Amino acid sequence: MTVQLLQGNRACALGALAVGCRFFAGYPITPSSEIAEIMSRELPRLGGKFIQMEDEIASIAAVIGASVGGLKAMTATSGPGFSLMQENIGYAVVAEIPCVIVNVMRAGPSTGLPTSPSQGDVMQARWGTHGDHPSIALAPSSVSEAFDLTVAAFNFAEKLRMPVFLLMDEVVGHMRERVDLVEVEPQDIVNREMPTVPPEWYEPFGNPPSDVPPLAPFGEGYRFHVTGLLHDARGFPTSRLDEIQPWVERLFRKVERSQDEICMWEADGVEDARVLVVAYGSTARSARQALKIARARYGRKVGLLILKTLWPFPEQIVAETAENVQRVVVAEMNLGQIALEVERVVGRSKVLRVGRADGQIVTPDQIVDAMRAP
Amino acid sequence: MKRHDQGTYEYLRHHKKFPHLWCAGCGIGIVMGSLLRSVQNLELEQDDVAVISGIGCTGRMPVYLDFNTMHTTHGRALAFATGLKLARPEMEIIVVMGDGDALAIGGNHFIHAARRNIDMTAIVVNNNIYGMTGGQSSPTTPLEATTATAPYGHVEQPFPICELAMAAGASYVARSTVYHVTELDKLVEQAIRKNGFAVVEAMSYCHTTFGRANNRRTPAENMRFLKEASITQRAAEKQEADSLEGKIVRGVLRDEELPEFTDLYDQVIERAHGPITPRKRRVRRGWV
Repeated sequence: MTVQLLQGNRACALGALAVGCRFFAGYPITPSSEIAEIMSRELPRLGGKFIQMEDEIASIAAVIGASVGGLKAMTATSGPGFSLMQENIGYAVVAEIPCVIVNVMRAGPSTGLPTSPSQGDVMQARWGTHGDHPSIALAPSSVSEAFDLTVAAFNFAEKLRMPVFLLMDEVVGHMRERVDLVEVEPQDIVNREMPTVPPEWYEPFGNPPSDVPPLAPFGEGYRFHVTGLLHDARGFPTSRLDEIQPWVERLFRKVERSQDEICMWEADGVEDARVLVVAYGSTARSARQALKIARARYGRKVGLLILKTLWPFPEQIVAETAENVQRVVVAEMNLGQIALEVERVVGRSKVLRVGRADGQIVTPDQIVDAMRAP
Repeated sequence: MKRHDQGTYEYLRHHKKFPHLWCAGCGIGIVMGSLLRSVQNLELEQDDVAVISGIGCTGRMPVYLDFNTMHTTHGRALAFATGLKLARPEMEIIVVMGDGDALAIGGNHFIHAARRNIDMTAIVVNNNIYGMTGGQSSPTTPLEATTATAPYGHVEQPFPICELAMAAGASYVARSTVYHVTELDKLVEQAIRKNGFAVVEAMSYCHTTFGRANNRRTPAENMRFLKEASITQRAAEKQEADSLEGKIVRGVLRDEELPEFTDLYDQVIERAHGPITPRKRRVRRGWV
């Protein structure tokens, strides 16, 4: 592929198309609308389907319906829309339907600051829908990562049969960067597993060794029932403990088993660091600059851990990386959502939070000050 | 000689899910029968049929049927169905909803599906109440009825489901009752055959909740009510508007040829992509 100047939202859309997304249903909302607009133009070119639904609830419902029909499907929104989608996200979790939900985060709560960035929906991506459930959320910090992590999001969704969140922030979504996108090769594309048994034997919610049952599309000869009620291996509602308990365990286990593959990060100078900065999304870029300043101006031994996967939280990586440091600075555009997780893993006394929820980016100076604070 | 209903028995997940959960005397089973007899008469392949529902007693229908079935979230069935239809336009999609599911929480999706005139069948089983949760008011509960959330009398006007559907753009709109089964069968079959958004309002009753609170405690009393309170459209046309107060008008209220959404989107794909292979469209009996 050629070098181009690309907007983050556009890179996300292109990543989706490259990995095989052929359905988008969405609703306009700043700062994500570009994704819908680009999909509306590109999908019919590829014989795919785009529809602007009447609201975000209908959008995620249509995405799930299309995925059940066999298409890789996606929607994109921001905070208020993400809140609306939670109920149907839970449906996708329980019915184990692959799909990707992009949240280009803006300052909240409520209408908030529609054109200003935040990272305020991180905990919501973990626990937004009611009930106990696992979650996968990826956070790109550059335009090129917006492409790559959208591809990864689809692959995880298809492999593990669940909704996957791509948490961009308004900065990454709207910025333009020079990128040299690489073709997504067929061997890099993960598709949901098809059943290999005849329809009479098919268990759409069974217990295979992989913990992820194959998912046949509707209309191909496999007829089954999809419901949000807790169900047995065949998809039929049940309240039997001996069916529900294994199902709940499998729902979590299927993600836990792939933890190493799902957790992506980047580390810089962490081997001998005394101070570690943990950041993600556009804040990671401020953190990189802060690192340069700290090393050049103050000669500090500082390290940076950029999280590309927020959920499941990469506990082991954080624990190992922070083991020998004196201080962990967690910088984010919220008042301490990932910081809570870091504190849980490394101990509160070691962690200093740099957070803001006012629609402004965390600046390099803020991070440097935190690294240097007594 | 094979009994007529033996054929439809084949469409049930009878060895997996029965006995069903509905009260003895409920009208939902009759609507389910109309649906199955229509599928049978239209000679549809089971793999080509999807039945999608929302939440409520009507929402419990799809699990009993050996088709591609989805039991979705409250009020959102039409939105799920829209996604499935776009992914699988050749499938016959039948969406079954109660009056609360379709017109309260689902009201927005109802009018937009009608606006798009997207090819699917929406069967709204209207029992004027929220039965599953114990008899609370619904958007079609009549004025002055007693319900679990209107113990002093319901003081809201009901939605006219069919008029709403027509105003929103549905190309086929019809109404019957679970007493008038032969007529209901015909309307459901026409609705499925229709290439467009087809609404069938199936007037029913919930003797268990609404009935007990409003002096119609038995299924028989409710059937008698449906019989006596309803009037055919042809007869209604000859009467004065005010004498139709409280009457259920039965028949096909609209059947027009209007542009259908997935057909129009195929044109969009042609504009963007160039000529495409026409999608395989099943031949329906008596209709190409």
